[in-house]
Amino acid sequence: MDTYEFDFPATRKVTHRAHVGVVGSGDLEVLLEPSQGMQAHVKIRTNVTGFRDTWKAVLDRFFSRYNGAVAIEINDAGATPGNVLLRLEQAVEGSEHE
Amino acid sequence: MSEPARERGRAWFRALTGRSTPMRGDPASVLTADVPLGEDQARFLCVVSDPNGRFPRARHGEVGLEEGYTLASRVREVVEADKNGHKRPIIPLVDVRSQAYGRREEIAAIYLVAAAAADAYGTARLAGHPVIALIVGHAISGGFLAHGYQANRILAFDDPGVVIHAMHKEAAARVTRRSVESLEALGKSILPLSYDIHDYAKLGLLHKLLHIEHPDAPHPTEIERVRHELIAATAEARRGPRDLSNRLQSHEAQTSRAATILVRRKLEEQWKAD
Amino acid sequence: MNESMSKVGARPVEQPAFLQRQSFIEMNARERARSFFDPGTERELVGPFDRVESPWLALQDVTPQSDDGCIVMKGKIGGEAAVVIALEGAFQGGSMGEVSGAKLTAALDLACADNENGIKTYAILQLETGGVRLQEANLGLAVIAEIIGSLLALREHAPVVCVTAGSVGCFGGMSLVAGLASYLMMTREGRLGMNGPEVIEQEAGIEEFNSKNRALIWGIHGGKQRYETGLVDALVDDNVGQVVDAVREFLRRGVPSVHRSAQIDLLQRRIAMLDPSHQWEPAELREFWTRQEVL
Repeated sequence: MDTYEFDFPATRKVTHRAHVGVVGSGDLEVLLEPSQGMQAHVKIRTNVTGFRDTWKAVLDRFFSRYNGAVAIEINDAGATPGNVLLRLEQAVEGSEHE
Repeated sequence: MSEPARERGRAWFRALTGRSTPMRGDPASVLTADVPLGEDQARFLCVVSDPNGRFPRARHGEVGLEEGYTLASRVREVVEADKNGHKRPIIPLVDVRSQAYGRREEIAAIYLVAAAAADAYGTARLAGHPVIALIVGHAISGGFLAHGYQANRILAFDDPGVVIHAMHKEAAARVTRRSVESLEALGKSILPLSYDIHDYAKLGLLHKLLHIEHPDAPHPTEIERVRHELIAATAEARRGPRDLSNRLQSHEAQTSRAATILVRRKLEEQWKAD
Repeated sequence: MNESMSKVGARPVEQPAFLQRQSFIEMNARERARSFFDPGTERELVGPFDRVESPWLALQDVTPQSDDGCIVMKGKIGGEAAVVIALEGAFQGGSMGEVSGAKLTAALDLACADNENGIKTYAILQLETGGVRLQEANLGLAVIAEIIGSLLALREHAPVVCVTAGSVGCFGGMSLVAGLASYLMMTREGRLGMNGPEVIEQEAGIEEFNSKNRALIWGIHGGKQRYETGLVDALVDDNVGQVVDAVREFLRRGVPSVHRSAQIDLLQRRIAMLDPSHQWEPAELREFWTRQEVL
């Protein structure tokens, strides 16, 4: 198992938490909650080891467009970068509605 | 699989009851006897091998179609007989290879037959019968769910011939594509995976582990000891609740099933917060 | 004649029409669980944000899921209290581990306690599961025994409805749970059996069971065969509206006077009438075991 943690700047508060996805083969779950301070923190747990750089690249891309102060946890079972982005977007959408 | 282990059930059934035949009308693979146990009259039940059994995939001590409904029938018989009176103890002697694996079994709904056996034992327990399981050999998977796992108390021999597990080592190795050795190694670091009865005991589900010098050939002093333990377990079961809550109250369960205890506490808190 | 004059289903299902036509099988466990309730009355218990995970999986390089693949939701169905426990088939094949099993058991126990205190509370189990999670072996098996014990206690008070829709089906030790249901409901895609085709082929050989033969698999384990042989109470289309309506109808019927798993004479007769000298084709079994028998 690999665990990675990354921090990103944030400029606005987020009010609602959200959860999407399933830890099925090729999929992942995302837990998104408002974070304490004005930054975003991401923690990833994955059983597909050795892809830290790929995760960093995917998250860099995601946070280039997203500025919420969130604490994100990802439990991954081998999702593609495309799938990761999709789930992150779904989580964001979930957090912007009640 | 060491074949002598499959005869332990039969040997201990005879040792504890003096009988060795099925009740009239029953298949040869299910032995049932009513004998004194302390101050009670107890019903002992055991699934044994029957090389001439009607169903080819259930001839080596598996709980198959006939075994399941026979167990259910013989257990329900005492529940009915004792319905307005003293509830006699029911003693499943367990040495079952597993449930029967076969196409006939699947199409004829062996799952329902196993459910019926578990239902009968569980219903008996809920009605107030002390159900005391004694594992003398193997207790595997669906066979154990059907015959023994609904007991108030579970006793087992402390012996390498006693194996309690969800799947036989060889089958588990095939399914997980590991070697048997690697499975055994995994069991040393991950408690619920172990095939060793001492590790199973650390899960807190067992009432007692009995050290028996001659598990394959019962000796008189050991037979007497086992009877004594069954009587004591029966008395303890009568004093406690009829559910399976005692399994989580053991000393071992506080650590090995800490997550279970946490789940139950959280669920209850949140359930009530309406 | 059942004594419990249930008010369940007195009001029509207040779900949007589009939802009623939606595929049930395509929904994940959480969506399935939600679909049973009077809209807006449901809340999840010990959900993802409680983060009660399996303590055993990460050690074996399996990524845990925050809810351990078991979703417990409490709410109202037809105005009456109900708990739905749905297993997520996409996570480890819906298999039972320490935590997922503990959630299921505890939910049944709490429903039972409420019933004993005069609050009628129903339980619906959405079973997509291969049985014991092999990575948790003995704890998975033990918890299934506890689920069985808790279900037996609860079903005396209120009906326990089990639903298996696919695509995983209900296998292994959890098939006994389905067998103990007050009412059992399946779709054609759903399958129910103790041992799946691969396990039978592995243990008994390909002549016994060719696990690639799809027609045979559904002819043995499929919802339609189980229904036609009197083992399942309703066969529904893969359609949320039908699934939910069927469940509400069962809750309305109340506790059956005799549960299927207690009908030993019938079980015994059914097995005695079969000639084990040959394998039986699905059609042959349907001639011997019909829906007309009281089950």
